[in-house]
Amino acid sequence: MRVRMWVDSLGAYLEDRIGFDGLRQLAKKKDVPVHRHTIWYYLGGMTLFLFIVQISTGILLLFYYRPSAEEAFESVQFLMAEVKFGWLIRSIHSWAANLMIFTLFLHLFSVLLVKAYRPPRDLTWFSGVGLLGLALAFGFTGYLLPWNELAYFATRVGTEITGALPVIGEFLLRVTRGGEDVTGATLTRFYAIHVAVLPASTLAILGLHLFLVQKHGMSVPPSVEREGDVGRVMPFFPNFLLRDLVGWLVALAILAALAAFVPAELGSKADPFAPAPAGIKPEWYFMFMFQTLKYLPSHILGIEGELVGILGFALAGLLLLLIPVLDRRGARGESSKVFTWIIIGAIVYIIVLTYLGYTANPTV
Amino acid sequence: MTELAQAPGPPRRRFVEWLMSRTLTTWLLSTGVGGLVAALVYPAGRYIVPPEAGESATGTVTLPFSPEEIQPNEGKIFKFGSRPGILVRLPTDELRAFSATCTHLGCIVQYRPDIGHIWCACHNGHFDMNGHVVQGPPPEPLESFVVNMRGDQIIVSKET
Repeated sequence: MRVRMWVDSLGAYLEDRIGFDGLRQLAKKKDVPVHRHTIWYYLGGMTLFLFIVQISTGILLLFYYRPSAEEAFESVQFLMAEVKFGWLIRSIHSWAANLMIFTLFLHLFSVLLVKAYRPPRDLTWFSGVGLLGLALAFGFTGYLLPWNELAYFATRVGTEITGALPVIGEFLLRVTRGGEDVTGATLTRFYAIHVAVLPASTLAILGLHLFLVQKHGMSVPPSVEREGDVGRVMPFFPNFLLRDLVGWLVALAILAALAAFVPAELGSKADPFAPAPAGIKPEWYFMFMFQTLKYLPSHILGIEGELVGILGFALAGLLLLLIPVLDRRGARGESSKVFTWIIIGAIVYIIVLTYLGYTANPTV
Repeated sequence: MTELAQAPGPPRRRFVEWLMSRTLTTWLLSTGVGGLVAALVYPAGRYIVPPEAGESATGTVTLPFSPEEIQPNEGKIFKFGSRPGILVRLPTDELRAFSATCTHLGCIVQYRPDIGHIWCACHNGHFDMNGHVVQGPPPEPLESFVVNMRGDQIIVSKET
């Protein structure tokens, strides 16, 4: 009884000082449409969960990591070999990063296919594309931090790509690398971006994204609307949230299993004066672009092939961002088959090129 | 300026009135805010851009290994200033040297004895033993260096 009294008085105190009316109202009002595409509503929350895992494990890694070309590799080696559960923390960070990008892509393509980007959710879409960019930047900068051979060459290639841009390329290259070449200066720069700039930007944009999702509610796909299968809902709290939590627990179990059975590797230390090893490859989510660059001839219509490829991807990114503006029929709630097929085409392209990236013989 | 031209009174008074008018206040305020923003953003932006490094003046290097340490049909990476170079002994015993930075996306190339020419692992670029591209995406040939012998030393220098 004593304890109960304590809890009650603490509750009354907090209620008086903070006031939970707003939250209670919100929880009561928010509901989630139920139809055959409801499953896709879980992917955003799943991505968010994995992001929280990333923040937690990332903070833990900071306790041992040393951001310099001389010490980075050794500090990760020490963390993996000597520190209790160091291997686990780093493996979870590495696996959760991959899973987060994966669920983010699923979230992106499901939103595209159910046309959830239509106004008034266009700003939600723009902020989401911004978050995609930030997540890829997280992956790219984080990949370098262990300062191993694979990371070193992936970063050389990845940054060299900015250098291929006309006019501003050389300047951008120097700013991203912190000098002319990939060196310790690049490492400290990527470190600052990875642990400070990106998290701060992500929290800001994520805040906006979640606020907008809250404000506009879940989008019902136009196909469902046309069939008249609307009106069934489930309360967000507790029904949807509990289902969310089940998903998060499953994700945590998968993460733990992956980290335990397939721990993150470290490879050998980066050597700026050693040839790139055969079979060099970027993170899987950059693979389709990497593979495309391999297939492009050195010159296309007099322009360097790599430049054509890079500009092509930049254009595709821009189209992706502007889809809510471009899809006029979709905005009116009509069916827009063309966009559906373009999106499916893009998915097929990404899958095929990624597959080729892992199976095509890299030495011929 | 049309305001100034149309206002009544002698030009000087009109100018004073214009100075006191809202246009000026707006101008001062907006430039003041603009100036403040610039004063904050410029130093931070300049801070992020790394200082310009002097162009490496390396024109000639003496390699840290002797000619006997490189067998026919073998390649070795060496430091040419801050950049990597590659020295290859052809099966004919001749020594050739190139920049080892691939002209495509800057990976470091290697000599492949199995195919007898230079290869870049990153995007599968092939270069012949004159540095020319024979296959793959590299847009330009590798820069070739001049190899000279001085006693038991290998001297590599830029072509002049």
